[in-house]
Order: sequence, then C-alpha cells, then structure tokens
Amino acid sequence: MNEILGILSENAKATPAEIAALLGRSEEEVARKTKGMEEAGIIKKYITLIDWEKLEGSYVFAVLELKVALQRKTGYDSVAERIARFSEVDSVRLISGDYDLQVTVKGKSMKEVAFFVAEKIATLEGIQSACTHFVLKTYKEHGVVLEDKQKPKRLVISP
Amino acid sequence: MKQKQGLKEVYAWNPEAHLSSKVRAMPPSGIRKFFDLVANMNDAISLGVGEPDFITPWHVREACIYALESGTTHYTSNKGMPELREKIAEDIRDDLGLAYDHEEQILITTGVSEAVDLAFRATVNPGDEVLIPEPCYVAYIPDAELAGGRARSVPTRLSDEFKIRPEDLLAAVTPKTKTLVLSYPNNPTGAVMTRQDLEEIADVVVEKDLLVVSDEVYCKLSYRGKHSSFAQLEGMQDRTVILNGLSKSHAMTGWRIGYALGSEPIISAMTKVHQYTMLCAPVMAQVAALEALHKGKDEMLRMRREYNLRRRFFVSGLNRIGLNTFEPGGAFYAFPSVKSTGLSSQEFAERLLKEQKVAVVPGNVFGECGEGFLRCSYATSREELIEALDRMENFLSSLK
Ligand SMILES: Cc1ncc(COP(=O)(O)O)c(C=O)c1O
Repeated sequence: MNEILGILSENAKATPAEIAALLGRSEEEVARKTKGMEEAGIIKKYITLIDWEKLEGSYVFAVLELKVALQRKTGYDSVAERIARFSEVDSVRLISGDYDLQVTVKGKSMKEVAFFVAEKIATLEGIQSACTHFVLKTYKEHGVVLEDKQKPKRLVISP
Repeated sequence: MKQKQGLKEVYAWNPEAHLSSKVRAMPPSGIRKFFDLVANMNDAISLGVGEPDFITPWHVREACIYALESGTTHYTSNKGMPELREKIAEDIRDDLGLAYDHEEQILITTGVSEAVDLAFRATVNPGDEVLIPEPCYVAYIPDAELAGGRARSVPTRLSDEFKIRPEDLLAAVTPKTKTLVLSYPNNPTGAVMTRQDLEEIADVVVEKDLLVVSDEVYCKLSYRGKHSSFAQLEGMQDRTVILNGLSKSHAMTGWRIGYALGSEPIISAMTKVHQYTMLCAPVMAQVAALEALHKGKDEMLRMRREYNLRRRFFVSGLNRIGLNTFEPGGAFYAFPSVKSTGLSSQEFAERLLKEQKVAVVPGNVFGECGEGFLRCSYATSREELIEALDRMENFLSSLK
C-alpha cells in the first residue's frame, strides 16, 4: 500500500512534516503527493472517529436492508444515488446476498429514524421491502475497537 | 527456653555460604538497578524495554486457546513438535537457502535464552575461551562462564558501525579460543553485518578453527535489505549454530519459544542437555508458534513496517537534538553517543531519569565499549517517542 496513505488512514492529523520524518522523505514531496491524491479523489476527506455512545443523548444508528425491484435501464445506481442524497444517510452499499442495498442511517431518536425510513426510503419507487435494524452497541469501527481496555503491562526495563 | 536457644545455635544455617562461588562471583545485571529506579516512578517514559510493544496477534492467541480447549496439555518430543520443526526447516530454506533436517538438526527451546545456554553447555570445556563481541546482549558472558568457559570481549566501535573487525578478532584469539558469538542485528546497537562484512571475519574463523554461535533473534527486523547469516557463507553451515526465536519477530516474548539449527552432533548434544533440564518447550506455546509461522507473515510485516517508520524519525530526532546517532539497520534500538555532553553513560541515564523522567539503558551495561552511549528502544508508541525526544532536548539544554 501507498506509505503515505498507510499513515494518514491511521491518523488524519499527521502533518507532512511528521510523515516525512517517518518515511525519511522530504516534507515537500509528501505535501505534493498528498495534494495529488486529494485532487485525484483518492483522499476524499479527513474525518474523526467518534465513539458516540460516550456522549449522552447523541445519535441513534440503524442498519437498513433494502430489496430493490430492478428497473429497466437504470439498474441499482439510480435508487442508490437517490438514497445517498439524504443527510440522514451515513453509508450506502450494494451487496451480494438476500437483499440488495445496505444503508446506515443516523438520527436523533429511534422515532426520528423510523419515520425517516417509513416516509423517505420505503416509499421510493423500486424499493420492494425495507427492514430496519437499530444498532444497540458498536464494538469496532474503522478497524478500531471502541471499548477502552486496560493495556497489559510490560516490564519498564528489560534486557 | 534456654534449651531452645541452644538448639537454634546448633541448627544455625547460613544459606549464603552454600551459594556456588561461580554464581556468587557473577555481577548483578546492570539493568536491574535502572529497573528499580523506574519502577517507582509513575509518569516516566521508558525507552528501556527490550521487547515489542505489540501484543501477540489475535490469531496466534486464538490458536493457543483452541489448543487448550482441545486438551493439548502433554509433553511433546524433546526436540519439539515435528510439525513445528518442519515448518522452521521450510522457512529457513526460503529465507537463507539452507537445508536443515528437521529430525536431526533442529531443536525447539524455551526461548533463545535457553538455546544460548545449551549451545555453550554442549560445546565448552573448562577453560575454553568464548569470544564475545561487545556491546552485546547481557546473557552471553554469564552463560558462557556458567558452562565453565571464559568469556573474552571483542570490542566493536561506532566508527565501524559496531561491526566486528578481523584484526580485533585476531587480537583476542588465543590457543584456548573455541567459540565466537555473533549477534546481528545487534542488541543494543541495532548494527547489522552484511554478507561481505561476515566474509571478512570468516577467514579468521576458519584459520583459528572456531565454532560460531549466531544469535539471529532480530533477523526479521532488518530494514536495509535481507538479513545475512554466517551459516550462508561457503562451507560455514556446519561450523555455525543458528539461534533464533519468535520473541521479537512475532511479538511473542512471553511465550518462550526459540530454536537452534546446526550440525547433527551439536544439536544432539544440545538436545541431551535440554532433555534433562527442560524436557521440552511448553506445548501450548509451540502450538502458538506453529500458527504464527504458518499464518503470521502479514502481521509480522505490519509490525516491521511500524518499527521502520519509528526508526527513521526517532534516529533523525536524536541527531537533531544533538546526540550523534548512527543509522541502525536492524532490531528496535538506537544507540546515541553522549560523549559530547561530557557525562558518562550512567550519569547521563540517571540524571535524564531523575530530571526529565525518561528511562534509557546506559550503554556500558552491554560491555565496556558501550561506555559513552545509551540504548534507546523504539519499541514504544510514536507519541511516547515524540515526548521522549522533547524531554531529552530539554535535558540537553539544561546541561549547557
Ligand atoms: C540478542 C538477544 N538474544 C536473545 C534474547 C532473548 O530472547 P528469548 O525471548 O527468545 O529468550 C534477547 C532478548 O532481549 C536478545 O536481545
């Protein structure tokens, strides 16, 4: 994998100077390559991974399983793109298996999410069925285990 | 009452008087003193740790749990599980291009630590001399002496990037010299020796008919091209006992699995000692090691990549704050010189710990020629390394 991306994928806050020191390259080179990847759309955005469960009264998440009746010409894309426009929608994926689109939705309350699905998603043309699963607890996200576990101890000095 | 006191005198027994003179003469490890100092400090950053900061990858731990659930709790063959020896033979063929018969030429040990001890006990006669290039890992000298040998130091120097020079070997050889210890990539310097460097000392080894004990436990952590082993040199395989293990490469220090590879007579001799002292390495750790060797390559490479990132910025950081540090090619240690400060290794390390709460190991612990240097382990998180560099910089400015 691209070494710069390897570092940024773990820490979006790593500066070109820090990355340059880690890779033994010049800061200019790192900045130029990073910019290039931003412009090429390889790097989309620098985001923060938040454990929302630590904040009281924050968000409720749900995973939707949608079955789509394929229409002539348009395929899955047109339905998926429509769904993706809603700001309540966190992610949209076309997947293999029993259903077609997997959508995650974010809302202030279960009620808000349920109404959003009933009114905006289930009613879209081409949606055959929508099944909503509320997220009860997130254990791991973006490769990070969310629960703070005590670190096992190493000896402070060893040969 | 009186009678009891009398009995006490009669049965008075001084355990100290019963210690062997060899053990009594052994100096306590220089690392111990720092351990005690640091252990009492809460917010110290430790660059004194000689083991990976990574936890053993989950798939390895899981394999061990499964083995325990299935009742894998018995002794294994003295030499270790045949599957594990076969896998090691296969990997050595791929990595070094050397063939070892897993039945006769491979022994699984309880860490490289045991393998070092066995290698000496199986080959050293009373009074035989063992050449030990310094600075080096702290166990070789005591182990050689416990085996009845006499350790002779061979100095290495910063100007040679801590590689062994043939002249220095020749100067240390006597008619009693039997064995040469090689330990590259090196703890504490991080030095590596290339094939060409090894060839330069091979002439001395052959001329003086030495056995080579080569501790290659850091070989997977080589950052400038592939690791070279002395055993790969033409005609040197039988003369060399390779010691290796999973502690450093697979973040498995606590599991205690190592192995020795060598000619059949030497491995048999080591197995004899092992059989009467250890019987076999722990079975669940052997199962875990087998899993690590079969499926742990990606994780191993991931850890090496991370060490390499840290190595680059940490070594350049040490040079930037004014501590002259050569570029280490392997292991996870940097070995900065503190000579420019006028302080000894001990003074520097003690004051750095007291004044800035950064723990390092003074270089003289690893041999006299380590004086004037510090061993700084970068097997710790990047954040801690950055903080440690800041504190070291503060300490250096306070000296001016
Ligand atoms: C050079 C060297 N050899 C051997 C060992 C011990 O390894 P093991 O854990 O396999 O006993 C160490 C540990 O620090 C080491 O640095």
